[in-house]
Amino acid sequence: MAEYKWPEESKRKYIGKRISRLDGPDKVSGRAKYTFDINRPGMLFGKVLRSPHAHAKIVSIDTSAAESMPGVKGVRIIQGPGTEIQWAMDEIALVAAVDEGTAEDAARAIKVKYEVLPHVVNERELASVPAANRRPPTEQTKGDPAAAFSGAEVIVEDVYGNDVITHCCLETHGLVTEWPGANNVLLHQSTQSISSNGGEMARALQLPAGSVEVKMDHIGGGFGSKFPVDRWGVEATKLSKQLGGAPIKLMLERDAELTVAGTRPSAYAKVKVGAKKDGTLVAWESESWGSGGVAGTGMPPYPYVWQFANQKTRHHSISTNNGPQRAWRAPNHPQACLVTMGALEDLAAKIGMDPLDFVLKNIEMTGVRANVYRDELLKGAEMIEWKKIWRPRGQGGVGSTSTVKRGLGLSLHTWGGGGHASDCDLTVHPDGSVEIKIGSQDLGTGTRTTIQIVVAESLAVPREMVKVHLGSNKYPPSGSSGGSTTIGGVSASSRRASIDALNLLLEKVAPTLGTTADKLEAVDGKIQVIGDPTKSMTWKQACAKLGTQPITTRGKNPGRENLTSAGVGGVQMADVSVDIETGIIRMNNFIAVQDCGLIIDMKTAESQVFGAMIMGVTFSLYEEKIMDDQTGRMLNPNMEFYRLAGLADIGNFKVHMMTGKGYDERGPIGLGEPPTVSPGAAISNAVANAIGVRVSTLPLTPDRVLAALARKGGQAS
Amino acid sequence: MNKFEYASPTTKEQAVAMLGKAWGETEILAGGTDLLSLMKDFVATPQRIVNIKGIKELSSLQILRDGSARIGALVTIDQLLEATRKSHPALSQAAAGIASPQIRNMGTVAGDLCQRPRCWYYRAGFGLLARNDAGQALVPSGDNRYHAILGNKGPALFVNPSSLAPALIALAAKVQIFGPDGAREVEVEKFFVAPQSSADREYALKSNELVTGISIPKSTGLLSATYEVRQREVLDWPLAAASVAIKLDAAKKVTSARIALGHVAPTPWVATEAASTLIGKTISEESAVAAGKLATAGAQPLSHNAYKVQLTQVAVKRALLAAAGISA
Ligand SMILES: Cc1cc2nc3c(=O)[nH]c(=O)nc-3n(C[C@H](O)[C@H](O)[C@H](O)COP(=O)(O)OP(=O)(O)OC[C@H]3O[C@@H](n4cnc5c(N)ncnc54)[C@H](O)[C@@H]3O)c2cc1C
Repeated sequence: MAEYKWPEESKRKYIGKRISRLDGPDKVSGRAKYTFDINRPGMLFGKVLRSPHAHAKIVSIDTSAAESMPGVKGVRIIQGPGTEIQWAMDEIALVAAVDEGTAEDAARAIKVKYEVLPHVVNERELASVPAANRRPPTEQTKGDPAAAFSGAEVIVEDVYGNDVITHCCLETHGLVTEWPGANNVLLHQSTQSISSNGGEMARALQLPAGSVEVKMDHIGGGFGSKFPVDRWGVEATKLSKQLGGAPIKLMLERDAELTVAGTRPSAYAKVKVGAKKDGTLVAWESESWGSGGVAGTGMPPYPYVWQFANQKTRHHSISTNNGPQRAWRAPNHPQACLVTMGALEDLAAKIGMDPLDFVLKNIEMTGVRANVYRDELLKGAEMIEWKKIWRPRGQGGVGSTSTVKRGLGLSLHTWGGGGHASDCDLTVHPDGSVEIKIGSQDLGTGTRTTIQIVVAESLAVPREMVKVHLGSNKYPPSGSSGGSTTIGGVSASSRRASIDALNLLLEKVAPTLGTTADKLEAVDGKIQVIGDPTKSMTWKQACAKLGTQPITTRGKNPGRENLTSAGVGGVQMADVSVDIETGIIRMNNFIAVQDCGLIIDMKTAESQVFGAMIMGVTFSLYEEKIMDDQTGRMLNPNMEFYRLAGLADIGNFKVHMMTGKGYDERGPIGLGEPPTVSPGAAISNAVANAIGVRVSTLPLTPDRVLAALARKGGQAS
Repeated sequence: MNKFEYASPTTKEQAVAMLGKAWGETEILAGGTDLLSLMKDFVATPQRIVNIKGIKELSSLQILRDGSARIGALVTIDQLLEATRKSHPALSQAAAGIASPQIRNMGTVAGDLCQRPRCWYYRAGFGLLARNDAGQALVPSGDNRYHAILGNKGPALFVNPSSLAPALIALAAKVQIFGPDGAREVEVEKFFVAPQSSADREYALKSNELVTGISIPKSTGLLSATYEVRQREVLDWPLAAASVAIKLDAAKKVTSARIALGHVAPTPWVATEAASTLIGKTISEESAVAAGKLATAGAQPLSHNAYKVQLTQVAVKRALLAAAGISA
């Protein structure tokens, strides 16, 4: 009989190996169909009229001109007269027409009168935020920070910040919605949450939960911004109903995507942190603020990872007239990490310690993962040649010239990533082929591939025999892909389904092999008596014994025997060069050492880390949602001035995944979030190390680098 | 984008006859890499588009041994980059910096010169001079991090976007123009003007004229280079740029110099004084730094772009050192 627990290393055929993603060829050849590519018979195009004002009351709306335009099939008001608009580009009305151009013309022909109200769209300077936009601050104290600070021998006080950025999904948000019957809906939606979107849409339409079918094969990025069906999705579906169920395609324009489809909230903090001269950390104090739009934003976990016995935090949540925040890869962690690891690096520099030694000295303060961090720090230091290249702050690392200074920086991070609830159905057919159906989605992370690996490994069959079906809410429900919960959830449920199916098969064939199921095992495409390969039959012969009735099993997570756990640690180190005459930063090397429990596919795991590092370089150096105080609008809602890194900008990446004892036995743990946490801190620290002064706020743009250098008094020595 | 009429003439005479009497009525279409974005954003709303790609003579490219050159309006940025690599490094380097391979293969030389400013208020529909409904100028009290630091006393505060223009100015090139009254030529530096009203253009062209090409005088012994300060390697605009062309005598002393700055003023900016003080000197770190300082002597940064002064100085210095073959 096979057991649920993960096979040990010597017995793994696929798990942990470097396996290319299943849908790679479809993606590079263009065969893969994204929501954007879905075209349905008789399909109409939806366009949204948006508010030009950041804060305004709608006085009146006149849709008559739009409605009478040839080709226009329907107009729906989303927010009517009397509504107060709280951010620019919020939806006012929706038009459906026979083609995109007509829809756009019609949306522009809708006349709206607004009463314009005052807006606040920037919160970088706490002092200039009007009182009305500030929530009462929250405060927390642990121990006796005042006493601890009086015992500190070295204290650093500075401001650290992260500007608002967006998710900037390359495939914008959107859907194709239609009513195949009077009481049922078919949605093709770009989503991270295939299994819950049906019920969510049904609720909005007051239909029974099962009457909405949702489908998606491929997605061009979500990063936490694509969980809900969204108001525009509901409105498009209502408009489709009004129009006799005709399919409507509504994909956001790039400017709307960047303005209203989600942000990572800003986070700024004035930090005071103290230590003894020997580097022992003693106390933390921070006053922080930030905004995620009208609803403000909570405090990121300051101080991040490090557990101080004496600490005080104070946080101001600020309400601004900006498009609302949505979960952005590792919500709150990257911001908290920059603020904390930045302040610690500055403290080490002030003491005159190498930050690597400083962090190692205090590592027990990181709590349960201290050993993981220690191993990772030492591994990372070796990979980046820390001791060879690093020089004390402002001296310029090895290879610096009079104008180009090299620096190293490090950071560490954590994340939960336990598996979500997941159901799946696995079928073993009499011809030996295997199918698994699961209401999950592959965000480009390799979910299809890892499910196939788990099933093939569990049944000891070639991967090609396993067909994975996902991307539909007609399959057994599986959780949203957010918070790094997918790999744990789907691996556990598909493992359980596979083992159950295998055991049923073993029972079926045991008499033929003249034994009982508990004496059998599946190895290399065969069913054999444990330890006696002479008594065996091929997988196909075994399955043929099923006659006409396939085996179908339901796998679940959570379930019997824990197959996944939560909590990982990671370390990143950046090697940068800064041109101190221009303030321009170039990435040399960037390394990540990451733990994620048992690795199902080494290649897609590494890819996930690479992707996070690219995103990390991007938000460290380039990304900023630039809001105009005067007009209340975003000034760079395009991919020209909302800058993303190109291949030439990212430098060399190296990734090392922690494996073996201490890691594998924890089972698979999510990896989407953790590697996106540290880049800002590692890169900002490297820049500070190179130029001898902290550039307080991300992104580290040339104007900010030059201003920091000027503040320090001229150029780095 | 608005509906429009599409014309595809095959001679420049036909083209000119199809162009409008006032700006905005018609637009010339070359590679379309800028015009189409302007139209999609309703910043340009022509009633007629005149595609000039059918006019064969505009695609010619001729470079002689002595460096004199005639470059047709439709020569692509990529063709220019390749053809001038040896003969006119300043021009080739400027071309190499432009955006992406796709844009360099579609974008044309005349399109690069006539492309419209990237000022984000202009592109968001607030007009060339960036004013709100009440007529207030948005740039001075807004986010002007990428705006002009020189030549910004008039109403135009955007920067000229062309990377080729400063290089062409350094090379003393001329723009060839064809209109209802026939052909004319104007120095590249005089081709660009800072508009006084939103209805004006940033170049001295009439609405029914078209650029047919560029001519570069002979450039024997000329040393040229372009240095651009770019935040990213790809798909990005320079924050500041300088193109220089110098001649040195046997003692390595400068006998002639031209310096033009890009992305710092509403027009490409000719740094006459900075260039003339180099005469008689050798190019060194010291003289190059001094030229950079002089080039920005009249700079009046706006509220958020003082850093561009330093970037411009560095660009001048590095372009001069590169032209003289001195590694920084
Ligand atoms: C992300 C990005 C980055 C970029 N970076 C740079 C850069 O760093 N440096 C740089 O210089 N450019 C840059 N560009 C701009 C690019 O170089 C221009 O879009 C291109 O050169 C325009 O050429 P085109 O032939 O496509 O012009 P079109 O789009 O066809 O025309 C542009 C304008 O010129 C007019 N026009 C075209 N040809 C003529 C003619 N013969 N006579 C009169 N008027 C004419 C058109 O009417 C129109 O108004 C960038 C563009 C993008 C999108």
